[in-house]
Amino acid sequence: MAQNKVYAVPNIISPNTPVIFNPDICDGCNTCVEVCQVDVFIPNPEEGKPPIILHPDECWYGGCCVNHCPRPGAISFNWPVQQRAYWKDKATGNVFRA
Amino acid sequence: MTKWHDFLEKDGKAPPWPYPIRYDQEREIETDVLVIGGGIAGCWAAISAARNGVRVALVEKGDTIRSGAGGPGCDHWCNAPANPLSNVDPDEWAQHMTDIMYPNGIGTQIQCRENYDTLLELEQIGGKIRDTDDEYKGAIGRDDKSKFMISPRYTRVHSYIPGTIKPKTFKSNPDQKLNNVVIRVWGTTFKPALKKECKRLGVEIFDRVMVTGLLTEGGVQGARVIGATGFSNRTGEFMVFKSKAAVLSTAGNYSLYMLNTELSGYNTFRSRNMTGDGVAMAWRAGAELTLMERTNPLMLGTGFKHTWYGGAGDASYENVPLVDANGKKLPWPTQGWADAGAMRPTPDVMEKIIKGVQTGEYALPFYGDFPGMPDIERKVTWNLMLGEESTTKNITHSYEEAGFNPDKHLLQNYNFIEGNSLPQWRNATGGGPVIDWDLKTTLDGLYVAGEQTFSYGDHSYAAATGRYAGRKAAAYSQQINVGKMSQEQVTLEKARIYAPIKRTDGVDWKELQAGIARTMQYFCSEYKTERLLKMGLDSLKDIEERHVPALYALDPHKLMRSIEDLSILTHGQIVLHASLARRASSQILNFFRIDYPEVDPPDWNKFVTVKLEKNKVKTGELPLNYWGDMKANYEAHNKDYEGVYKVK
Ligand SMILES: Cc1cc2nc3c(=O)[nH]c(=O)nc-3n(C[C@H](O)[C@H](O)[C@H](O)COP(=O)(O)OP(=O)(O)OC[C@H]3O[C@@H](n4cnc5c(N)ncnc54)[C@H](O)[C@@H]3O)c2cc1C
Ligand code: SF4
Ligand code: SF4
Repeated sequence: MAQNKVYAVPNIISPNTPVIFNPDICDGCNTCVEVCQVDVFIPNPEEGKPPIILHPDECWYGGCCVNHCPRPGAISFNWPVQQRAYWKDKATGNVFRA
Repeated sequence: MTKWHDFLEKDGKAPPWPYPIRYDQEREIETDVLVIGGGIAGCWAAISAARNGVRVALVEKGDTIRSGAGGPGCDHWCNAPANPLSNVDPDEWAQHMTDIMYPNGIGTQIQCRENYDTLLELEQIGGKIRDTDDEYKGAIGRDDKSKFMISPRYTRVHSYIPGTIKPKTFKSNPDQKLNNVVIRVWGTTFKPALKKECKRLGVEIFDRVMVTGLLTEGGVQGARVIGATGFSNRTGEFMVFKSKAAVLSTAGNYSLYMLNTELSGYNTFRSRNMTGDGVAMAWRAGAELTLMERTNPLMLGTGFKHTWYGGAGDASYENVPLVDANGKKLPWPTQGWADAGAMRPTPDVMEKIIKGVQTGEYALPFYGDFPGMPDIERKVTWNLMLGEESTTKNITHSYEEAGFNPDKHLLQNYNFIEGNSLPQWRNATGGGPVIDWDLKTTLDGLYVAGEQTFSYGDHSYAAATGRYAGRKAAAYSQQINVGKMSQEQVTLEKARIYAPIKRTDGVDWKELQAGIARTMQYFCSEYKTERLLKMGLDSLKDIEERHVPALYALDPHKLMRSIEDLSILTHGQIVLHASLARRASSQILNFFRIDYPEVDPPDWNKFVTVKLEKNKVKTGELPLNYWGDMKANYEAHNKDYEGVYKVK
């Protein structure tokens, strides 16, 4: 699908999605904004909406934002592709990746 | 719409800065005890100072609720020989812990004497320290009466300390019963409990404020510390704190040797907030520092910490047996009950493993054999240890959500396949101000606690030393008046801080940090010589003179990162000066001078100190155990110690 308008933007910092918000569950309370030690997020200008990920490159991947959210399922942790762990089923030997 | 570029794509505009901008505003705060850094040590310092009846201000870069290395959690309350299940005497254990070279005898003695009291106080305010829900009945180390869970760590063997891989017989434990000095705890509950108690006690908390410099009486270097300056990293507002005593609890620096521009957050063991601000400001104020030459390889294979704390780089971390790709058990100790607490393979066992890998006897990759553990021990390691340790809670959560089940699955380990950490990737922690038995620095009015003392420390070390420094600072503040501030010192500091917002292009904080880190990697890493170290100083001077004047910041957050870079730069200079001053190599300091190759020659077994006097570097030395008899001196300085706090 072609986009309506194409902007000239620099390469975007990546990885840039340490967490994924579920806008149907998140009520924009901004608790996660407050507990983050490095201010990865800022509140959304639109009240009631999920925060904005502004500094993903500073994320410590400590997960306080997820653990502290009062609405289960509103925010989930998202490992960057190259950080995804492997494991193996002891019985079958099948290998899985997060 | 949760990323800033989503906004750009919506209507061509970035979202506006969400907080009011107040660069031109200034606030003055007066207090008795000022605590700088609201991590574990800082919160405890604030609590104990407030309990001693003085006004307290606590200043924290992040939000006190989860800030610092211990913010997310903690699962080991280490070195607690005063706990009722311990089989060793606290003073003998403290002596044992300082048997290595270059320990912090004062901090260790305080930890061993007081961290159990600290733990009980933590329980009073809402920290969970016992298995009150009977989740782990039947686990080894669980005491059914007290419901304390003893960890296998240090039970017999203390392999953190080289040369102590064999069980040691303590006079206080002649029958070699398990030492029982480490307690498992539910550390995710700690930080919110500490913040709540600070609030309850009326501590004035300044979250999202970076302290930038110390104020000294009359603005004189080396004089009494009478306050500090800082600014809000959200609004840019300038703050002047006037205090009678200050506690520095800003921890170490994991950003001096390394910046991975796109993956900066998780390439070190600490968040970016730990940037050596404390040593930089103590140095500029004229405090004497020691062990600043001590830097250590990060030892994180790829530099990415999750492989360690994923229970993977170290699936063996505690009680999890390590097996090869065919399920063959490796002779790798697991710091568990079976190994009596040993953590690392001895050199000859390591040799055997390496040979085994090369000949195919041990097939890669290795795995942590969770299913092979007794059910209850698996539950303890996965749910309690990894669930509570710290940044690991999200690992257990997210892996489980992705389908990992420790009952059935082996977790991959990355030993060998991820290679070794580069010797140039180093942390710069373990050095700090010289302290006395009050945890006071060489400057009146300035105290230190936690990792900011010259120590690696750990959670309970930070808690106990914070609690101690808080009460000593409170006592001092009760005997002294507010000092005379120098307006010139404030004006100069303000100009230094706001310079980057006057520019809109030039060098940004990431480029500058990477430049400083590269200098340190080249000139102050694995191999050191006088020539290299001097080149390092020249290189940092060049950065200071040419690139710092081009540093720019577009908002208060980036301004904080920029000012942190200036701390990092100063910290680098201190490390280089201290490295020049130690003209000998040292194994335990991980410090190797090609021009002085003799390792730990007896006449260099001493603390080297550095400080600024009239802005000139002065070096000095202190004997290894300058603190004297630990037990006697602790007792002499704490005759009035009241033990566990009683709510008044
Ligand atoms: C993943 C992980 C797991 C760990 N697990 C354990 C464990 O199980 N057991 C254990 O004993 N130890 C553990 N530790 C170590 C323990 O967390 C630390 O030793 C302890 O937190 C150190 O306390 P501290 O107060 O010295 O520093 P921190 O708790 O790191 O606090 C320093 C604070 O100072 C603030 N600060 C810095 N500069 C400034 C400034 N200029 N202005 C204002 N504020 C500033 C920072 O934001 C931070 O909040 C772990 C550490 C990590 C990272
Ligand atoms: S994710 Fe959770 S904590 Fe964050 S704003 Fe939404 S509901 Fe609040
Ligand atoms: S994982 Fe930690 S650092 Fe990253 S956004 Fe969440 S709270 Fe912030």
